[in-house]
Amino acid sequence: MIKLLIADDEAPARKRLRDLLSDINEVTIVADAKNGQEALKLANENLPDIVLLDIRMPIMDGIETAQHLQKLAKPPAVIFTTAYDTYALQAFDLNAVDYLLKPIRFERLQTAIQKARALLPKQLEALVPLSPQRTHLSISERGRVLLIPVADVIYFRAELKYITVKTAEKEYLLEESLNHLEQEFGKIFIRLHRNCLVAQAYILGYEKRQLSHDAEGLLSSEKQWVALLKNIPDTVTVSRRQQHLIRSN
Amino acid sequence: MRKSSRLPNLHNLGVNLRILIIVNAIIALTAIVLSNHFEDFYVVITTISSIAQPLLLLCLLVLYGSYSLLTKLRYWQGLLGIFTIVLLVCSGFYDLISHLLIYSNLPSRLRLLFFASIITAICLYYFYLHQHAYSPAVIEARLQALQARIRPHFLFNCINAVLSLIRTQPKQAETALEDMADLFRVLMADNRDLVPLGQEIALCRQYLALEKLRLDERLTVQWKIDDMPPDAMIPPLILQPLIENAVYHGIEPLEKGGTITIQIYTSRKEIHLVLSNPYNEASLRHIGNKMALKNIKERLTLHFDLEASLKSSQSNGEYRVQITLPYKEV
Repeated sequence: MIKLLIADDEAPARKRLRDLLSDINEVTIVADAKNGQEALKLANENLPDIVLLDIRMPIMDGIETAQHLQKLAKPPAVIFTTAYDTYALQAFDLNAVDYLLKPIRFERLQTAIQKARALLPKQLEALVPLSPQRTHLSISERGRVLLIPVADVIYFRAELKYITVKTAEKEYLLEESLNHLEQEFGKIFIRLHRNCLVAQAYILGYEKRQLSHDAEGLLSSEKQWVALLKNIPDTVTVSRRQQHLIRSN
Repeated sequence: MRKSSRLPNLHNLGVNLRILIIVNAIIALTAIVLSNHFEDFYVVITTISSIAQPLLLLCLLVLYGSYSLLTKLRYWQGLLGIFTIVLLVCSGFYDLISHLLIYSNLPSRLRLLFFASIITAICLYYFYLHQHAYSPAVIEARLQALQARIRPHFLFNCINAVLSLIRTQPKQAETALEDMADLFRVLMADNRDLVPLGQEIALCRQYLALEKLRLDERLTVQWKIDDMPPDAMIPPLILQPLIENAVYHGIEPLEKGGTITIQIYTSRKEIHLVLSNPYNEASLRHIGNKMALKNIKERLTLHFDLEASLKSSQSNGEYRVQITLPYKEV
C-alpha cells in the first residue's frame, strides 16, 4: 500500500483528489492538510510515501514545504499540484519535477503516483528561487522535521560550526551560514555584530554597559553598546563597526 | 454621434482646468519676456493678471452657459461661435473697465481683442490635437485592449471545484456552472459601453458565489450598498477585478480567511466605491495587483477624464481602494 498525504487549502480540491484516489487500488490517504505547516506536522506523524502539494497555500506554500520535507529520515516523494503558476511550471519543466495541473485527470494522477520519487538535491536547489523568503526554518530531529517560525526568532548567533537560533522559549542549532540568512531575511533582521543577526521587532532599545570581556572573549575596560531584547534577559553586543545602526534607529 | 460634439466639452471640469492652465502659462511667459528683474516680473504679472484673470473667468462662464447652444451648430460654426463669444465678452469687459477708470494705461481695445483671439486659437488648437490623440477610434482600440481579463488561476480552480461537486452535489454543480457561464459571457462581451451599476453588482455577486465555493467559510463579504443608485452608469468590470484582487491577495494567503467590505454611496453627484480587505504584509505578490489597478485607472480616464479617480492605501493590515466617478444616469 502506498501511503499518501494531501495538502491543499481548498476543501473542494481536497475532495476532488480523494474522489480520484478512491478509484486507485494500491493507495491509501493517511491525512489531508490545509496548509504547508499542517502538512509537515502530519507528515511527521504519518510518514507518507507521497505528498501531493498545492503550490499556493496560506502560512507556508507548497514549494517551501517540499524543502522542509527533505529533512525527514525518509523523505517522501513530492508531486506538486497547481491550477496555474507560470514561473513554477517553467522551473518544474526544466528540472523534471513532478506536477499535476488542476483540474487533475485520473490517468495523469495514476501515472504520477507510479513514477513518483523523492526530489533530488539538484531539483531542490532549483526550487529555492521560487520561494525567496522562507516562513519557517527547519531542523531534523530524530528523523522528524521541527519547524521554527521565522517570526519567533529573536536572534541568530554564529558559533563554531553551527548557528544558534534563539526564540523566547528555546535554543536550536541550525546548519546554515549567517551570510546566507542575512541575504534571505535582511529585511527583518539586522547585523549588530559580526556573529549576530537580531530581529528588529525584538529590539527594545540600546544601552551602554561595562562589559567584563567583549564578544571575542578578550579583556576590555571600555564601555560598549548592547541591545536589550524583548522576552529574554540576554543582550547582544553591538560591534563598533555597526554603531551607526543605533543612531539611525 | 453629432458632428458638433467635436467641440471641446466646456461643461467638463478637466477641459476648463486645462484652459485655465494654458492661459496662465501664457500670462507667466509674457511676464517673463517683458521683465528684466524678478521684482519687475512680479509687477508685470500682477498688472496682466488684474485684467486677464477676471476676463478669463468671465469668458469661461459665458461659454459654459452657451455650450448647449454651440453644440447644436456644425463644427466650424461652433468654432466661429466661440470666437464671437470671446470677442464680445472682451469688448464688453473693455467698455466696463474703461468706464470705471480703475486701471491706468489700459491697452487699446484692438490689442486686447487680438490677444484674446490668439489665446482662444491656441486653446482650440490644443483641444483639436488632444482630440486626435484621443479620437473615438483610438479610445475604442485602447478600451478593447484594456478589457478586463480574469485570472487563469481562478478559472481552473473554479472548474476543479465544480468537478468535485458533480458526484455528490449535482444541483450545486449546476448553479456553479450557470454562474460561470454568466460571468464569462460578460467577460467576453464587448465591454466598451457604460453599464448600470446594478448589473455590475449582480455580476460581482455571481463571481463571489463561485469564490465562496472554493474558499467556503474563509471568505466573508459585507455589502454596504443601501444608498447605492442602481441606475448609475459605470464602465463595466470596474468592481469585479477589484474584488478578484481582494480575494487573491487578501483572503487566500490568510489561514482563517477574512472579510471583504464593499461600500457604495453617492454624494454631490459623485459615486464612491470603497473596497477594503485584510492584507498580509508578509505576502510577496503585489505585481498582479498593480497591473489590475492601472488597467482600471486607465479605463476610468478614457471614460471620464479627470472627473474620475482611483486611490489605494494600506494601513494596519487593511488594504483599501476607493473609486470616485461622476453620477451619470441612463
